[in-house]
Amino acid sequence: MNTPIRRLAVACLVLFVALMGNATYVQYVQAGDLNAKSNNKRVIDDEYARERGAILVGGEPVAESVPSDDQFEFLRTYPNGPLYAHLTGFFSYTYGRSAIEDTENPLLSGSDNRLFVNRVVDLIANKQPKGGSVELTIDGAGQQTAAAALAALPPGTKGSVVALDPTTGAVLTMVSQPSYDPNALASHDFPAVNQAWQTLNDDPANPLLNRATQEIQPPGSTFKLVTASAALETLDLNPGSVVQGGSELAFPGIEYTLPNSGGGNCGGDQITLERALNVSCNVSFGSLATQIGQGALDEQAAKFGFGDRVIESIASNASRFTTEGTELELPQLAQTGIGQYEVAATPLQMAMVAAGIANDGVVMQPYVVQTVRDPSLRVLDDAGDGEEYSTALTPDHATMMQQMMISTVQSGTASSARINGVEVGGKTGTAQRGNGLPNLAWFASFATSGDQQVAVAVMVESAEATDDISGGRLAGPIARSVMEALLAP
Amino acid sequence: MSSSVSSEATWVPRKRRGAELVLTVMAVGLAIFAYCAVGLGAEGRVPAGVVGLSVTLIAVAVAANLLIRRFAPYADPVLLPLVLCLNGLGLAMIYRIDLGYEERRDSWASLAPNQLMWTALGLVAFAIVLLVIRDHRRLQTLTYSFGLAAVVLLILPLVPGIGENIRGARIWISLGPFSFQPGEAAKICLAIFFAGYLAEKREALALAGRRVIGIDLPRGRDLGPIIAAWLVSIGVLVLQRDLGSSLLFFGLFVVLLFIATERPGWIFVGGLLFVLGAWFGYLQFGHVRARFDVWLHPFDNPDQNFQVISALYGLAHGGLLGRGWGQGSPEITPFGYSDFIAASMGEELGLTGLMAILLIYGLIVERGLRISLTCRDAFGKLLAAGLAISLALQVFVVIGGVTRLIPLTGLTTPFLSQGGSSIVMNWAIIAILLRISDQTRRPAPAVQTVGEDEATQVVKL
Repeated sequence: MNTPIRRLAVACLVLFVALMGNATYVQYVQAGDLNAKSNNKRVIDDEYARERGAILVGGEPVAESVPSDDQFEFLRTYPNGPLYAHLTGFFSYTYGRSAIEDTENPLLSGSDNRLFVNRVVDLIANKQPKGGSVELTIDGAGQQTAAAALAALPPGTKGSVVALDPTTGAVLTMVSQPSYDPNALASHDFPAVNQAWQTLNDDPANPLLNRATQEIQPPGSTFKLVTASAALETLDLNPGSVVQGGSELAFPGIEYTLPNSGGGNCGGDQITLERALNVSCNVSFGSLATQIGQGALDEQAAKFGFGDRVIESIASNASRFTTEGTELELPQLAQTGIGQYEVAATPLQMAMVAAGIANDGVVMQPYVVQTVRDPSLRVLDDAGDGEEYSTALTPDHATMMQQMMISTVQSGTASSARINGVEVGGKTGTAQRGNGLPNLAWFASFATSGDQQVAVAVMVESAEATDDISGGRLAGPIARSVMEALLAP
Repeated sequence: MSSSVSSEATWVPRKRRGAELVLTVMAVGLAIFAYCAVGLGAEGRVPAGVVGLSVTLIAVAVAANLLIRRFAPYADPVLLPLVLCLNGLGLAMIYRIDLGYEERRDSWASLAPNQLMWTALGLVAFAIVLLVIRDHRRLQTLTYSFGLAAVVLLILPLVPGIGENIRGARIWISLGPFSFQPGEAAKICLAIFFAGYLAEKREALALAGRRVIGIDLPRGRDLGPIIAAWLVSIGVLVLQRDLGSSLLFFGLFVVLLFIATERPGWIFVGGLLFVLGAWFGYLQFGHVRARFDVWLHPFDNPDQNFQVISALYGLAHGGLLGRGWGQGSPEITPFGYSDFIAASMGEELGLTGLMAILLIYGLIVERGLRISLTCRDAFGKLLAAGLAISLALQVFVVIGGVTRLIPLTGLTTPFLSQGGSSIVMNWAIIAILLRISDQTRRPAPAVQTVGEDEATQVVKL
């Protein structure tokens, strides 16, 4: 009977080898994938036990971990919670992470490969590994000014301000109103967190939404900057070229006509392109759009970033020129040229348009993370001077666009953004949304002072539907105050 | 021949009881170390009463060693330390999970003191078996009694009033305050029954019969009990919804049949019947189907498959070296102290620790099979092999299930899992193995000179 016993002994060996092989597979080969699963409470618990790295603005923490004497070792706190909420995001035990807390999580939590040596040292020293820190590109003064300016509007007003450094693409200001307090979600009082989460999600104003990057809305007349750029690039016009003016744009064989806002005639039937931009003439840009054509106009918009999720480290939606596969009829194309019909953009997108023009036609990739450091403050990564996104205009055409925007501030609809001693270019926008929704006030602008340059986009959504909404009056002063704050020495 | 006989007569196996004592103390030391590490890891201090516990455990270990010295002096010296080590690690892990639950829940009845009590009872059972059964061959005379006992034990949970339906399986009986899984005891009874029956019938099974498509089939009357065993397994599956035990009993029987008859055809027939049974189970029972689905696609339904997923997360989180005693979160996994204790071990001790535990199980099985190989009587051979292989199967089924190598079936992890019946019965199994090995390694009694006639009666070894 010994032969079968020996054979069975081998069979038992095979069983045990299979168990060991499988254990190796799960605990070594598959472990990384399993640890990366979002509902893995162990990894989350582990992160809660570690000192998470800080998120910094101008060297000051806007998110940091402080020792806590409850069931976890550390509590995530946001010293200026609502002001930076849409950038930092939240770090919640129950509801996960968002924004920078999410995209930079490996580094902040200390599990990033770049921190491997630190982890080994901590292991030997029997210390809990720490996370690295993330320095944002945000300018604290600009951020505060923008938030205060939006907050000064009537209660219930929603809106967003984005400021970029046109030469690098660094996001200097990003505010979305209403905001929320990430401290309420990072709390260890879980019933209170549930309550806060429920309240935030039930709020019709949707405070968790980052309006600067996630909400696409018709940009109205600020889109004329794109149409004008396309006109320079493809129709070989210059600011002095004569374009169609008048009080309305008619289309052959169709009853519909495209009027000017307020019913004016733009100062004549034949006006210059510069004049058309100064007075934001719908007829001119509607007519230009039909001349440029859907394809070329779409291409110009795409060069500025339309159709692309232009920022990586925070939640964003792509702005759109038209919805997928739309073939525009002439009247629709004309409406598109003035930023209506299906065109929809984020404030970040409109800031990119202004920044691209200001940066001599070169659009820079927007980014919010400037430097990441390990726990001993050694720099692991630096965004440096940014990366080019695309070239939207030739330098000559860019200079023409700058000139036209500057004259729009000096003598046109954007005069509310004028700053003494600073070269400011801007474009207003008042977008109709239909369905009884209040109009949106837009402002896209840039300012140059010495070797400093900023581009600012503002979007304001009033709480009540009144006709009394215009980009120049409502959004222009906000852009001006933010530019002043950012250019202050 | 004559020279080998003479050398056998002079060869006296070393008892190695001293080595056993050293290993035993090491095993207990490891358990005490684990217990302290749990306290330090989870609460930052050495658990209260560790000195008293240590003294008690060492005293018990030494007592077990003395018992073996006195009553089974030639028994295998490695089994007891291996088993004590597993039992101690299991206790430490159950204590660790107690601490985890106490931290997370308002009320939690500690399991570790209970498990300690059952361990003590297990050692008592161990001692009783060693004391009462002085020669394992006596058990063979009770073959059919054990068979009957096994059937009764298996039916008990189905009896209204004492049977309990816990987590979908009807495998518990409750007598007053005690719950008991008679399946564990039935496992031993069945092993004895199968071994006794096959030792008696093996010639008939092996030699009489027809040959069909290259496979030797036995006569119908010899086949009867085999079919009966298969039906019992199916019955366990159908009536008690206990997939694991069903598989274990059937595997045990097929394996012993193969050893007894030395005919590989039985493995083939057994495999075929197993596939049929599994297929039947898959078609007929929602819970069997559900087990397959969980196995194949655990992440399709994270809420429903929380336990399996949590075990996998725990194992992954443990990684190569583990979180350390008291520093993981094994309490997240439901039943991380019983069915899923292997995952808890893998989380806190890492792949390294889990490998060590698998190796200990492997060594226990290896010692059992070695006892079987050297045993001189058919019954002892079959019984030792049956007990060793059933342990191997059980470990494979439960740890394989927890680590998602095979579909999950409910079986206890021998010596590690929380659960009284399992601990007590497994200690009894070790006592039986030690008894057989004592018999096997004991020097043969002085051979009396035999006459010419007797010399022709060759005894098959």
